[in-house]
Amino acid sequence: MAEKKGRFGVHGGQYIPETLMNAVIELEEAYNHYKKDPEFNKELTELLNEYAGRPSGLYYAKKMTKALGGAKIYLKREDLNHTGSHKINNVLGQALLAKKMGKTRLIAETGAGQHGVATATAAALLDMECVVFMGEEDTKRQALNVYRMKLLGAKVVPVISGTATLKDAVSEAMREWTSRIEDTHYCLGSVMGPHPFPTIVRDFQAVISREIKEQILQKEGRLPDAVIACVGGGSNAIGSFYNFIEDKEVRLIGCEAAGRGIDTFETAATINTGRLGIFHGMKSYFCQDKYGQIAPVYSISAGLDYPGIGPEHANLHDTCRAEYVPVTDDEAVEAFEFLSRTEGIIPAIESAHAVAYAMKLAPTMDKDKIIVITISGRGDKDCAAIARYRGEDIYE
Amino acid sequence: MSKSGTEHIKEAFVKGKAFIPFFTCGDPDLETTGRLVRTAVEYGADLIELGIPFSDPTAEGPVIQGANLRALQGGVTTDKIFNFVKELRKDVTVPLVFMTYANVVFSYGAETFIRTCWEVGIDGIILPDLPYEEKEEFAPLCKQYDVALISLIAPTSENRITRIAKEAEGFLYIVSSLGVTGTRSEITTDLASMVKVVRENTEIPCAIGFGISTPEQAKKMAKIADGVIVGSAVIRLIEENGVNSEKVVGAYIEKIKNAVLEK
Repeated sequence: MAEKKGRFGVHGGQYIPETLMNAVIELEEAYNHYKKDPEFNKELTELLNEYAGRPSGLYYAKKMTKALGGAKIYLKREDLNHTGSHKINNVLGQALLAKKMGKTRLIAETGAGQHGVATATAAALLDMECVVFMGEEDTKRQALNVYRMKLLGAKVVPVISGTATLKDAVSEAMREWTSRIEDTHYCLGSVMGPHPFPTIVRDFQAVISREIKEQILQKEGRLPDAVIACVGGGSNAIGSFYNFIEDKEVRLIGCEAAGRGIDTFETAATINTGRLGIFHGMKSYFCQDKYGQIAPVYSISAGLDYPGIGPEHANLHDTCRAEYVPVTDDEAVEAFEFLSRTEGIIPAIESAHAVAYAMKLAPTMDKDKIIVITISGRGDKDCAAIARYRGEDIYE
Repeated sequence: MSKSGTEHIKEAFVKGKAFIPFFTCGDPDLETTGRLVRTAVEYGADLIELGIPFSDPTAEGPVIQGANLRALQGGVTTDKIFNFVKELRKDVTVPLVFMTYANVVFSYGAETFIRTCWEVGIDGIILPDLPYEEKEEFAPLCKQYDVALISLIAPTSENRITRIAKEAEGFLYIVSSLGVTGTRSEITTDLASMVKVVRENTEIPCAIGFGISTPEQAKKMAKIADGVIVGSAVIRLIEENGVNSEKVVGAYIEKIKNAVLEK
C-alpha cells in the first residue's frame, strides 16, 4: 500500500484546522525547495558550526564506564551547544527557512524553556520578532529560562489553560498561529504536530546521529551497540537514532518520563501507558482516558511532560526497531547526581532519564560493547528544582 | 429517527435563512442543555450544533474552552451525551449536528461512534481538526450511516475552496475570520467572494460562523450566506447565568433569529 503523505506507518498526518492548511502546505513546499538549495545549506552549516559550536563532542566517559563495570560509555555532548541543548539545531534551521519564506515573526511553545531560549536566540540573531508560549506551571519551574528569553528580546506568554504545561503551550501556539499566519512562522520544537513538522525537525536534528556515526567510527572503528536518548516529543532521540535506523545491529532506546511510576496516574510515559489517538495535528500514541480526553501528565522534567510522542517514534515502536523504556523521577534524579559526581557533567534532568537507563543497561553488557548516550542539554536550569526535590530550600 | 442525516439537514435551510446556535453538552449540566435546546427551538433555531467537550479544544477561544472545561468537570462523557440526544429526540425534530474533535470520535471507535450518531438521530458531525486531506479517516463510515461529515472553509482556504465545496455534505461551515472561536467587533474577510466560489461548485447551503454576536452582524452575514452560526455569544450567557440561562438565551436567540430573517 502506498503511504500517504507525512505518514510513518499509520502515524502522522495533518489533523489541523482548515485555516492552517495552506500555511503547512506553503511550509512544505518551501522546505522541499531549500533543503536542496546549496546556498541555504551553506548558510545553515555556517550557523551551526560558527555560532552554535558544532560539531558537538563524543566524549568517552571513562569514570562512568569504570563505575558501572560493563559496556564502554560515550556521551554525545549536545549540552555543549550554544544555548545549552540540542534545540538550537532545529531552531537555526527553521528560523533560517522562515526568514527565506519572508516571515518576520517566530512563535514557539516551550516546556523546560530550552526550545524557547533557542528560538529567542535565533530571533535575536536573525532580527525577527519572537513570542514564546509557556505553561504557567513551567514558568515557575523554569524561572531562569523565562528571564533568559526576555533578555534575548522575546515576549513570554504564560499559558493558564488546561494543565498549564507543555501540551497547553502547544495548543496556545497553534491558536496564535491560526490568528496570524501571514508574517508568522510557528517554530515547533519537537518531531510532532502536523506534517511537515515531524520530518523537518527530524532532518534538522539528524546532524546528531550523523556526527555520532563519524565520531564513533573514528574512535572505535565500529558502530555502537546501543544509542540511548530521552523522549518527550522525541526530537533529540530521533536526531540520535535517525542515521542508525538502517543499521539493525544498533539498539535504539528511547527513555520516557515515568514520573512517579507507570502504574500511577502521575506519569508521562506515552508508549508505555498511552493509546493510539489524534491530537495536536498528528495520529500517534497519547496518554488519554477511555473517551479520548487527553490525560494530565506528570514528570519532574518540564521538557518531557507531554502526553504524546512524535509519529516517527510511534512507528519505530510498532515496527520494533526502537525500544521505549520508562524511567522514574527518582531514577532520573539519581542519574543527575551520579553523572555530576562521576564525570563532572551536570546533565539536564531530561537527559538524566537517558543516563538512568544506561546505568541499568551498561552493567549487563560485556566490556567490549559500546553505548552512546545523548546528553541533550545541560542541567544548570534544573539545579534549584533538584535541590528542592532533595529537600534543600534554595531558589534561583 | 429514520430520516437520513444529509436530507434532514437540508430542511433547516428551506424556510429561508437558517439560524444555528451552539451549545456545549453538559455546560453546566445536561439537564440545562436539554432545556436550552428546547428553548432554542421554541425561539426559532433551525438547526442545533451540539458540542461534545474535549480536554484540549485547539480551535476554540477562551469562552468555549471554558464551557468544555465546565462540562468535563461536571462529569459529562460521550456515552452520557448519546443518551441525552436519544431523550432529546423524543420531542426535538430540528436537525442536530455534533461539533467535537477527531480524537473523541477516534477513541470511541469511529464505527461505533458514527453508528450511534445514526441510531440516536444525529444528522452530521463537525470536526475542526479534520481537514480535507484527512477526511477519509471518517468519511466512508459517515457515508455508510448517512451522517453528514461537514466541511469547513476558512479565509485562508483560497485555492482549496473548489475542492472542498465539490465534496461537501450537509452544509458548508464558512469560518468568518482568522483565529479561534470567539466574538469579534468586526468581521473583515471578503466572505461574499468566498461564498461565490462555493456557489459555483456546489448546491449545498453555506452557513457562516466564528465571531458573530450582534443582530447587526447576524443580519449582514445572513445576506451573504444561507445561515448564521452563533457559539461564543450564547456560551457567554450560559457562563453568566448557569442553570438559569433559559430566559436570557431564549430572548437572545429570538433577537438574532429576527435579525437573520430581516430583508
